[in-house]
Amino acid sequence: MSHFQPELRQRAEELVALYPRSRSAMLPLLHLAQEQDGYLSEAGIEEVAGLTGTTSADVRGTASFYDMFHLEPVGKYVVGVCTNIACLLAGGEEFLEHASQTLGCAVGATSEDGLFTLEETECLADCDKAPCVQVNHRYVRTTTPESFDTLVGDLRKGVHDADIPSHGTLIRVKRNGGLRASHDEIREQRATSSAARAKRAEGNS
Amino acid sequence: MATLDAPRIVSSRAEFEDSYTLARYLETGGYEGLRKTLTMFPEAVAAEVDAASLLGRGGAGFPAGRKWSMLRKSPVSYLVVNGDESEPATFKDHFLVERDPHQLVEGVIIAAYALQVAQAFIYIRGEFALGLERVQQAVNDAYAHGALGSKIFDSDFSLDIVVHPGAGAYICGEETALIEGLEGKRGFPRIKPPFFPAVTGLYGEPTVVNNVETMSNLPWIITNGGAAFAALGVGKSTGTRLFALAGRVKNPGVYEVEMVKNTFRDIIYDPRLGGGITDDRALKAFIPGGVSAPWFGPDMLDLALGQDEVGAQGSMLGSGSIVVLDETSCPVRAAWRITKFFSRESCGQCTPCREGSGWIERAMYRLEHGGGREEDLALVLDLCDNIAPGLGWPPQQTTICVLGSSIPSSVHSAIQMFRDDFIAHVELGRCPHD
Ligand SMILES: Cc1cc2nc3c(=O)[nH]c(=O)nc-3n(C[C@H](O)[C@H](O)[C@H](O)COP(=O)(O)O)c2cc1C
Ligand code: SF4
Ligand code: FES
Repeated sequence: MSHFQPELRQRAEELVALYPRSRSAMLPLLHLAQEQDGYLSEAGIEEVAGLTGTTSADVRGTASFYDMFHLEPVGKYVVGVCTNIACLLAGGEEFLEHASQTLGCAVGATSEDGLFTLEETECLADCDKAPCVQVNHRYVRTTTPESFDTLVGDLRKGVHDADIPSHGTLIRVKRNGGLRASHDEIREQRATSSAARAKRAEGNS
Repeated sequence: MATLDAPRIVSSRAEFEDSYTLARYLETGGYEGLRKTLTMFPEAVAAEVDAASLLGRGGAGFPAGRKWSMLRKSPVSYLVVNGDESEPATFKDHFLVERDPHQLVEGVIIAAYALQVAQAFIYIRGEFALGLERVQQAVNDAYAHGALGSKIFDSDFSLDIVVHPGAGAYICGEETALIEGLEGKRGFPRIKPPFFPAVTGLYGEPTVVNNVETMSNLPWIITNGGAAFAALGVGKSTGTRLFALAGRVKNPGVYEVEMVKNTFRDIIYDPRLGGGITDDRALKAFIPGGVSAPWFGPDMLDLALGQDEVGAQGSMLGSGSIVVLDETSCPVRAAWRITKFFSRESCGQCTPCREGSGWIERAMYRLEHGGGREEDLALVLDLCDNIAPGLGWPPQQTTICVLGSSIPSSVHSAIQMFRDDFIAHVELGRCPHD
């Protein structure tokens, strides 16, 4: 029995097929697992291990290296506040403190209602709109405490359900097929082109 | 005044609301560079890029043409595009993937043709949810348009592009760590030599890794010719470059300017660019090239924005970022925060990097938050010297990758330039800026 819902399982299998080696699909598959469960559950990890031909321990060991993967449940909305250099210079630390008060949870923790997890992040590459805030990895561009509070109120009311999906960074990233170059095709193209090049080089000399 | 008469090579389309769509791309000359490419021999395409003397835009500034030509003898298997952009205060690739994904995709196809590879990967930072959507959409559209897939535009060249998401790890920007991420592993940089993935890259096969901005320049270079690109800029630094300006300036943002023809003063103060310091305060220092770079003081404002020009003064253009500190900014806090970043992001393989970053961070925290002693300055410098012996520029490397060697830059700069600020912290027992 697949732990992934049928539609997700299909997307997962398509992803694996894109890569010359199935293990290469590890990161995208972990994003998918998180999309369904909100975090990397035991069953999700096992499913990814099966799909990539690895073991659960290997998957967990890999996932724990990457900040975006959660090995414990998190809130519906993961709020990331950057305090790195550009945001620091724009009051990022104070902003993080404010966010913690508004959300009612410490940095790294989840609010009691399970709605928000607050994270202090490194640079999110949106430094001209500092301090930078992401909610579920969508830039929300609330650079003042007031606009942040309004956003949080709106999130509570469900105003952003459409534009800020609850989990899963790849939820709207859909590949619509296309050629997958097999290893043989790659070798063939290499062989033909180097033969042709050699011939041209000969002709030039 | 800044010299702004050069064409905007990679950012011209961005002003359109729908700059990321295929329709807009085609309306503004999109995929013409690729059509021209397909009428040329692969070597001729590579020769144009060589003639353009396009320097890699990912940080190290290695000439793209030279990287490709190292491979001419052994054919390349894979092209991997680095869109992991995580160097603090760098946000120009973010701009390119969101605002002009087709330009990137076209650039990748052109490079793949020059290298004759059938498979390319675009590795996009996982936190770029919208960027991932846009690049995947552009790839989908390119297939539908016949610009990707089997027999591109009815030529006999075929190419597949896979858009690969990262998952939050600065170190995966380092090209060998990026390849590990693409192989589904932890992002541990590989031991050198081999120095280039060109020798053993993805799955142990020859691989070219290039940055998003490097790729995005290719459609223009092929359409207009390498010589037209090389005619812009001065000396080794040709063409234009995207600069991400942030910190204490009135108009932070991404600006494309001609290389060398402009100075740091131009980009920070010109009203059409940075517009000057926030609240018209005095500039204290600026960090060129990302937080891995040594800092500059106001005396360097008239330095030209060129790779060799900045290198000769002991820093680098690096990732194209410029961060401005003004008189109200605390240099101790800035250097502490940068060290905290390195300490968090160290992959942990090398002792000097793993232990050194945490140790320096703790000492810097102490100094910034009022618990420091004057001796801590010597301690911090000694620790820095252990990571990059001699504390020269470019730094000596004791670690597998240059993340380690980058740790000393900010603290060393801060102590050299602002020792009085450190002493004020020690004497007051708190940060004077609090
Ligand atoms: C710690 C570290 C982080 C890096 N991060 C990036 C990055 O985010 N994007 C990038 O293009 N290059 C990054 N690089 C540089 C790459 O290793 C590589 O030089 C570059 O992608 C090559 O592309 P280019 O020649 O087109 O510049 C990083 C290097 C190091 C050591
Ligand atoms: S220098 Fe630091 S980040 Fe680079 S390989 Fe060593 S421990 Fe990892
Ligand atoms: S420093 Fe905060 S987004 Fe870049």
